Amino acid sequence: MRNDISRIDEIYSNFARYGDKLNAFITLREQKQVLADFAHAPNGPLKGVTYVLKDAYVTKGIKTTVASNVLGNFIPPYDATVYRKMTEAGAILLGKMNMDAWGHGGSTENTDFGPSHNPWDQKRVAGGSSGGTAVAIAANLAECAIGEDTGGSIRNPADWNNITGLKVTYGRVSRYGAIAYASSFDTVGPMAHTAADCAAILSVIAGEDPYDATSSPHPVDDYVSHLSDSLNGKVIGIPTEMFDKGLDPEIKSTILASKAIWEKLGIKVIEISLPIADLALAAYYLIAPSETSSNLGRYDGIRYGNDRSHFTDETMRRIMIGTYALSAGYYDAYYRQAQKVRTLLIQAYAKAHSQCDVILMPIMPTHATKIGEIVSDPLANLLADIYTTSQNPVGVPSLAIPAGFSQSGLPIGMQLVGSKFSESLLLAMGHQYQQITDWHTRSPKL
Amino acid sequence: MVMSKAQIITQDDVSHVAKLANLKLSPQQLQKFHPQLESILEYVKLVQAAPTQQVEETSQTTGLTNVWREDIVDSTRTFTQDQALSNAHAQHNGYFVVPAIFEEQDA
Repeated sequence: MRNDISRIDEIYSNFARYGDKLNAFITLREQKQVLADFAHAPNGPLKGVTYVLKDAYVTKGIKTTVASNVLGNFIPPYDATVYRKMTEAGAILLGKMNMDAWGHGGSTENTDFGPSHNPWDQKRVAGGSSGGTAVAIAANLAECAIGEDTGGSIRNPADWNNITGLKVTYGRVSRYGAIAYASSFDTVGPMAHTAADCAAILSVIAGEDPYDATSSPHPVDDYVSHLSDSLNGKVIGIPTEMFDKGLDPEIKSTILASKAIWEKLGIKVIEISLPIADLALAAYYLIAPSETSSNLGRYDGIRYGNDRSHFTDETMRRIMIGTYALSAGYYDAYYRQAQKVRTLLIQAYAKAHSQCDVILMPIMPTHATKIGEIVSDPLANLLADIYTTSQNPVGVPSLAIPAGFSQSGLPIGMQLVGSKFSESLLLAMGHQYQQITDWHTRSPKL
Repeated sequence: MVMSKAQIITQDDVSHVAKLANLKLSPQQLQKFHPQLESILEYVKLVQAAPTQQVEETSQTTGLTNVWREDIVDSTRTFTQDQALSNAHAQHNGYFVVPAIFEEQDA
């Protein structure tokens, strides 16, 4: 990643040319503040590297909105752990990014700040919920970023913007200071052009945090030094059910074409069975709304923020679905049953991972949708998350990487799903794939 | 004659749930949300067909239980009164002003 001072000039002049059209930023810091930070950056592993944060992380003295008018002018009095760690590593914050408010969505249309535009086709959505974050990297407005993934929110926009994004193992990175969507699913992870860049960022942000009791004491690997580990003899499983009806044929053939590359790296590719996507999606859309109905109960507009009438329609729907699933008379049939299904999902992944090291899956079933195309159909929005919602209830990590382009020039990504704490393996696979492919080096014309 | 499909959630249920969630819905919002919530519940009730007779629930995946830390004051994390109040809409003598819970009654 570049860390020279002229890079900052370049980014601000890019922003002046097309930043407003893409609407990726909610807050862009002033260049002179950024240059001051650059001059005083600590001598860490990310010294001078510019990055952006999804606007779901609190930053002392810098407006944090979670893309909702409920927090419209909130100025946090403290820092998220991930922000503190990036700052201490010498990274330079450029701004806070547009998203689906509270993480509720997969398009960055459910935002009170106007939709972000996909730089590959500005009539299309950015994906989401970390949409603005992905757009900034794809459009050369930041070197890298921190996103957040509860049910695909890093992987989906990585897919639709031709970048790399890592959904980490639950607990690998502290959630302290991350505005909660669904606490038992939320993960904090890196987004960048390459798997190697994600490895460098993960090495900085991973680890136990006394202020997040769910952060893991599992030892943190040196992810960068493992990038070139031999992959000879590793096994990729392709779950046939996830390449069946409902998946765009061009996306299917593009992802399956990667088989030749994996085999070149000495990896064996086999077919496996993992028939869980529909059930996982249903369980996800009960548990996540239940947790969000509880997490968002605190927003009353008294100590900070505005009152509950400012929630978007999508957030109100999720709060109401969750409240219903948790309410007397329905708890057993919905919430408790979904938590039992969660156990079945854990068992299904354990079985799949006993047959292979990593599972290769699509990320989104279609190309980026046109702005306004499905936002008014809540069920259609939900169904678009079919391949990205089974991982979070299980806690396993997943790396999204570029896999190619459609005839029409839209990016196509794919995800590698590992077992818990297998980030080193996923990043090594992504890195070595990116050594012999060049999809990730392509940029949109702006 | 085709019977209309039984509703999962009625409009009264939606009103009730909104009240539980402290959301004030206009009649127009209630009309709009009702069929949307119905279609979502129609999908998610798929979980009810899963074979879970002998299955325990999972509420989190960390494998951790009873995580403790020392109760040490970290002065970098404590707020001054001004910081705590800095985002409040209304304050009075260093306190948050909140809506009254009890109503005054005439004697």
